[in-house]
Amino acid sequence: MEFIDYYTILGVAKTASAEDIKKAYRKLARKHHPDLNPNDASAKQTFQQINEAHEVLSDPEKRKKYDTYGKDWKHAEEYEKAQASRPSSSQGFGQQTSSFDVGEGTDFSEFFSSMFGGGGFSSQSRATKFRGQDFNAEMHLTLSDVFYTHQQTVTVNGKTLKITVPAGIENGQKLALTGQGGPGVGGGPNGDLFITFVIENDPKFKRSGNDLHTVQEIDLYTAVLGGEITLTTLNGKVKLKVKPETQNGSEVKLKGMGMPVYKKDGEFGDLYVKYAVKIPTNLSEKEKELFAELVKLSDGGKR
Amino acid sequence: MNTETLLPLADCCLRLGIDTSFIVELEEHGLISTVTIEQTVFIDVIELPRLERIARMYDELEINLPGIEAIAHLLERVESMQDEITGLQNRLRLYE
Repeated sequence: MEFIDYYTILGVAKTASAEDIKKAYRKLARKHHPDLNPNDASAKQTFQQINEAHEVLSDPEKRKKYDTYGKDWKHAEEYEKAQASRPSSSQGFGQQTSSFDVGEGTDFSEFFSSMFGGGGFSSQSRATKFRGQDFNAEMHLTLSDVFYTHQQTVTVNGKTLKITVPAGIENGQKLALTGQGGPGVGGGPNGDLFITFVIENDPKFKRSGNDLHTVQEIDLYTAVLGGEITLTTLNGKVKLKVKPETQNGSEVKLKGMGMPVYKKDGEFGDLYVKYAVKIPTNLSEKEKELFAELVKLSDGGKR
Repeated sequence: MNTETLLPLADCCLRLGIDTSFIVELEEHGLISTVTIEQTVFIDVIELPRLERIARMYDELEINLPGIEAIAHLLERVESMQDEITGLQNRLRLYE
């Protein structure tokens, strides 16, 4: 756990007045507030730091404790005990601060929790009085996972949920599970759970919308004379006829063998197969002779 | 219209601690929509996250309504561009 310099975070001097701190906070909050930076995790993180710094520096009691024991935060608890044991000492009252609610839960650093206890306060903003927090989660799946509609189990804040992942879901797509976020306050509705799907790259198939692209190696003889090959797709194996005189890099389209179309049962994209002709290696003398014969036939023995 | 998702505006304002005149102003700026049924004004729960966001900008960031209107427009563009970027990134993966 590292010491956090709240003054540096807010960009103010240690001698800054309460008004300076408030001003610096508002300026930074307007820049980094998650409401103004949708889907920006770094802005959210920065905002949390700013919020935390403000929480400490805007409260005279917390600021005093931070200034006294900041770098030596491990002794803060002893300091507290010593203060409490003094019969004439005044405990004071923490000033009500107005930290912002980001609508997505505000986390505080380990440093803060260690020094001030818990994660310990929340802004009593009207937003939290009414609707529960929205939760965000990421689900990592493979391309073959999303080929079929299936169920996944997710655990969010200790609660296990079964969710149905529709076939054909795209990388980066979000699903909202209404009411599965934080509990509402004062009879308000629960927040929502937003799941962002991250579809890992597949070593064999590339996806472009609903279409799939793959590269299939074929030997020289099949490319020249044609033949039948077995192709592995995401949902099994198919036999594919290769036309005679197939060129290296040429592509065939297998209609309806791509990805399922999201929420459209029975509709599929296409699968594009690009042929990579493999040139034979380690030729025997006999094979070399035969290729030489072919050369003679093709250019009339000019080589 | 699904009336089950409608909340009486008065109740909503009470819970959020805001004045109904604020909602009227928001509606005038095209930021929020309300529904009137038999002289009672309702707000759809789907509008609540937007309303909460606007309220935070107004109160906590001290941004006035014309500013919020401009921000709302820009945020819509940002979100649409983010969707477009995700789509383009997905297409780029084809060449990775």
